[in-house]
This record gives sequence, C-alpha cells and structure tokens, in this order.
Amino acid sequence: MITKRIIPCLDVRDGRVVKGTNFIDIKDAGDPVELASYYYKSGADEIVFYDITASNEKRKLFADVLKKTASKVFVPLMVGGGINSLEDFEIVLNNGADKVSVNSGAVKNPGLINESSKRYGSQCVVLSIDTKRVDGEYRVFTEGGRNDSGKELLSWVKEGIERGAGEIVLNSIDTDGVKKGFDIEMLEEVVKVSTVPVIASGGAGKAEDFVELFKKVPGISSGLAASIFHYGEVTIESLKKLLRSEGIGVRI
Amino acid sequence: MITIVDYGVGNLFSLKCSLDRIGAECIVTDSQELIRSSEKIILPGVGAFKDAIDKLRSKGLDEVLIECAKVGTPLLGICLGMQMLFEESSEFGLCKGLNLIPGKVKELKGYIPENLDIPHMGWNALKITQNKGIMKSINEGECVYFVHSYAAFTEDNYVTSTAEYGATITASVQNGNVYGTQFHPEKSGETGLRILKEFTLL
Repeated sequence: MITKRIIPCLDVRDGRVVKGTNFIDIKDAGDPVELASYYYKSGADEIVFYDITASNEKRKLFADVLKKTASKVFVPLMVGGGINSLEDFEIVLNNGADKVSVNSGAVKNPGLINESSKRYGSQCVVLSIDTKRVDGEYRVFTEGGRNDSGKELLSWVKEGIERGAGEIVLNSIDTDGVKKGFDIEMLEEVVKVSTVPVIASGGAGKAEDFVELFKKVPGISSGLAASIFHYGEVTIESLKKLLRSEGIGVRI
Repeated sequence: MITIVDYGVGNLFSLKCSLDRIGAECIVTDSQELIRSSEKIILPGVGAFKDAIDKLRSKGLDEVLIECAKVGTPLLGICLGMQMLFEESSEFGLCKGLNLIPGKVKELKGYIPENLDIPHMGWNALKITQNKGIMKSINEGECVYFVHSYAAFTEDNYVTSTAEYGATITASVQNGNVYGTQFHPEKSGETGLRILKEFTLL
C-alpha cells in the first residue's frame, strides 16, 4: 500500500534558509543544503524549497543551492516561489528540481498549468493554493496570502486538475502559524473533489496533528510543515514512529 | 562506463547525481557511437510514451538500444524508459515499443479502484517476487518512489517485484540482460541507490 508522505518545507531567501533554527547537530542551520540533507537522513519523503528571493540577480544563488542539494538528497525535490513562466520551470528543472509548484502565477495565467504539464508532464506540475474562509466560502488567495483573488477554492482545484496539475498543495491561511492542527474541515472538502494527490499544509504544531490529519482525512497523501521540524520540536523519525504505532503506513 | 541515454526527455541531472554518489562513472549522451561502446546503458524517461519513443527513433537510438541489448549489454529502463522496453503501449492510441520484453503497457484507469488517485504517486512498499538481478539486495517491504499513470502488464516470469495500489502493479522487470523499474531508483533514497549499485555491479 502507498505510504503517507512527510514533507518538510524550507523558505530560502538569497540562498539562505529564512527561519532560524536551533538544531544542535548540524553545523550551519542557515544553509539550505545542510538542512535538506539533514532532513533526507531523518527520513523526509520529499523536500520543498520556496524561493522567496526578491531580486533577480540573487536568484542565481538559489539555482546553486538546488544543484548542491540534488547531489546529496535522493528523494523528490519540489520547488516553488515566483514561478510565472515556462522559463522559470526550465531553470529549476535543469538545476535538479523534480516538481515545480505554481501558485499566484497560475491564478494570473491559468494557461501556465496547461503549457507546463504538456511540456514537462503532469507529474512535475504542482498547483499550490493558499486558501482562507471569506463570507462562508473558501476563497483562493495570492501574493503570499495578501490578495483575495475572488476565485472559489473547489472550482479552482477542479480547473487546475483539468488543466493538467498532477498534485495539489493546500495551505490553509486560517490555520497557518496557529499550530493547532491542520484544517481538517477544508481538506475533507478538497479530497472529495480531487482526483490527484493532495498535500496538506498549514497548522501542524505537534506530532499528534499529523495523526489526526491522516485518520480524519484518509484520502490525503501527505503532510507538509516547516517550523515544527526546523525548531526541532518534532523530528521526522519520531513522527514516523508515532504514525506507524497508530496504524498509519509510513516509510521508515 | 555507464551511459545515460539523453534523447531530450526529462531531467537527467538527479540520475547523474545518484550514479556519482555510488561512485559509478557515467556520461549523459545521445551519441550512437558512445552508446554502442558503453558497458552498461540506462534509458530514463518521463512524460508521454509516443513523444518519447518518437524522439528516440528520430535519433536512430531505438535500433542502437535493440542491438546493444541483443549482444548482452546490461540495459536498465527507468519509469517511462522501462515502459518503452515492452511491445506496445495504449497511451494515445497503440504505439510500438522496443519489444525487448514481452508484454504491454496500459493505463491504470479502469485497472485500479476508482477512488484512488491517478497518478500512482508516492512511496510504496515492494513485494519481491524474484530475488535476482538489480533487486538482489532489496528486502520485502522496502519503499521506493513511484509516479506513473500507465503500467506494464507481462508474464510473472519477467516480473521481479510488485507493489499494491488497489491492484498489483509491476514494479520491476527483467528479461535476461534487460532490466526495468517502474519506480525512480534515483529518487528512492538509500534503497534506490542500492538498486542502482547492483546494476553497476552486474
């Protein structure tokens, strides 16, 4: 049977990991390559990099980070952040990314999903969505959660899949950063309409939140989190042991 | 020297990285000459079957691969590269493959239960059906990374491992010196690296 994936996510700016970490067992916790290899060795099933570099000239640093990571980490690498064109796809894919996630770029230009999945295959096109409850419905937000696009979530999920997205990352703005667990209610709705794997993001504050996620939403493929792993509150090894003891299939 | 066949499909960078990691010398090329003279050949591939086999043919590499396989050069097809080793695929109408392993490639849709997502994506446990070749050092239950919407259907004697996804999926195959994995060994952690290592040791 297919196992549930545990995916740590790293925000990278100007070639450095953004959020501080307090790992004691790695030399430079600000180095994305070191942190990614640490997660690889701890059993991460996939690693996500979000490049939040603002300036174009510094984007080269990110390409370098990717290349170095790909030579040390032998699980899928997903890359997102500022992907707006096929050229953006090309750059990260050539530097070692296996999957590319599109967010605001796809809302602005939905055709990007069609073009990229046609050229590179659906397996590497991930539609990443930030969502928040507005007036009794789930609304799609862009620009890092600052802008209400007016799109309704479930119809955007369906449209994205029809256009060729092979996987979906769902980040709940309502639960993100609150650390009180994943947005079960919203994820249940999405899993019902999605025919491709769905990755849950936003809200993990403790290991038990992942148990709740996989038990309450059996159709979810993966749980993604950043800070609880970075700050060492939960290690991937201990999380996977807990999940297995709860009867949830994971790769150990 | 191992040759990774470059025919303009997919990302070969991580495959090269994984061979570097296990200390195997390799080159990425589309040169018929270099492929003919290499000790071992890896045929990667992602995307659509027809597109990939057409690209291979347009470079004349289909004949080269068949010729190399016939003279006994170990050949490993990965993912779509494995699917191309078979007789034919039903992806976008019937399309002929390299015909190095008897069997056909068909879509998962209709074969697996409807409630399961397609592609079959993620880490799945292997059931070892024949403990040999590149699967020699792999234990029952070890997980590898899959991402595919089509699968190979062949006789049991060519299948060396399977995975369960609502139905039994062909995970790896062998026909003499011709090997294939539906999963991506280069993305399957230490287990995947061991499979690639076994290939280099053949």
